Amino acid sequence: MTWILANIEQILELSIEHVRLSILPIVLGFIIALPLGWVAHRYQLTRGLILTLVGLLYTIPSLALFVILPPLLGLPFIGEANVLIALTIYAVAIMARSTADALASVDRDIQQAATAMGYSSWRRFWAVDFPLAGPVLLAGLRVVAVSTVSLLTVGVIVGVDSLGYLFTNGYQRGILESVLAGVVATVVIALLFDRILALVGAWLMPWTRVKGAS
Amino acid sequence: MNLFLDALAWIGDPTNWQGSTSIPVRIGEHLFYTVLAVLAASIIAIPLGWLIGHTGRGREIAVGISGAARALPSFGLLFLFVMLAGVLLRGPSTVLVLVLLAIPPILAGAYAGLEVIDRRVIDAARSMGMTEWQILWRVEVPLGLPLLMGGLRSGTLQVVATAVLAAFVNLGGLGLPIVEGIALRDYDRMLGAAMLIIALALLLDALFAVLERYAVPRGVRARRAPELRTAAPRRRAAAETPATT
Repeated sequence: MTWILANIEQILELSIEHVRLSILPIVLGFIIALPLGWVAHRYQLTRGLILTLVGLLYTIPSLALFVILPPLLGLPFIGEANVLIALTIYAVAIMARSTADALASVDRDIQQAATAMGYSSWRRFWAVDFPLAGPVLLAGLRVVAVSTVSLLTVGVIVGVDSLGYLFTNGYQRGILESVLAGVVATVVIALLFDRILALVGAWLMPWTRVKGAS
Repeated sequence: MNLFLDALAWIGDPTNWQGSTSIPVRIGEHLFYTVLAVLAASIIAIPLGWLIGHTGRGREIAVGISGAARALPSFGLLFLFVMLAGVLLRGPSTVLVLVLLAIPPILAGAYAGLEVIDRRVIDAARSMGMTEWQILWRVEVPLGLPLLMGGLRSGTLQVVATAVLAAFVNLGGLGLPIVEGIALRDYDRMLGAAMLIIALALLLDALFAVLERYAVPRGVRARRAPELRTAAPRRRAAAETPATT
């Protein structure tokens, strides 16, 4: 406990850094996965192709991805870009499948009613399909947020200081409290992201509130 | 792409295929940890998942566990357990972490496999006079097998990925050449090991994909219609309009 109290400033600094680094992959993952998931849902031909590809990307262990990305993209091995791109790839991998599932969950009758009322494809997507797919999209996004926060800790191996620094530093110097504080802070941030997304979801989609779903 | 050729050369170098620090030894260590952890996790999680799925009791616990487990950073957990257990017990404590990480997806697969079965099928089995035990073994387990395989698949991949990090507590595996490569600034070795890790993960993924397909009972497979979209809704709407008017 004394170590944690003595180093509370560093723990807080690393937590803020952790939050900062987590946000970009989550947002980018969502934005990139949206058209990908739409294409996967819309066309039979691309469905298997895209979902298989993102499935394979997701199977790559994070450390292996950190090593293989720099020569592929011409990036330096040590650095934020490497980690952020890798985490974005994982986010897209989870979110593209969620988006395809979410769009498939929209009631066909409602889509046809919208089409019958004269909605163009583009307008129907944003005014009808997208909001109705919202709950499943949100569920996917919450998974993305939590796993991004957790995976970011591995980035310390390639020199990106997040809460993962407390793991390696604590292990090398034999400070159990450091590792413990890192694990607890990571879980707290992950759950915080999850709660915030759930609250934003309930605010944006008031019709889901009735069931009391969190 | 020169770096990749160098990495392939590292993999192909005969000196890396002999002795106690060779590539086959690292692959063996990696597979040993993976198989051990997935087996142990299965022994715990599959009966528990079936119990929850069959009785319908405790499903909140199953959902809660698999949700909360995603938030746990496996990297930190590994260090935490090894430090708590002491350096001498770092082998068992690493396997314990791998087991803990494999349990949630396997539990979810076992439980969800039983959960998604049409209630009428189970009622039919019960009305035919099957005992609860027979319902579980002859109806629920076979029908739930594909989802269980899916759970084992994600559990195994989670373990393979975390076993890479075992190298940071000096336990070998395919992560070790990466750790050595970082220390020696030997990128060929790192990249070679990363390619082997990816190959291993993809191979195991493919294996489970095949198992998942074979796990579908024959009667179910014959009936399943492809659930794909056939035409744009606008055209569908036109096609489905009654022709009488």
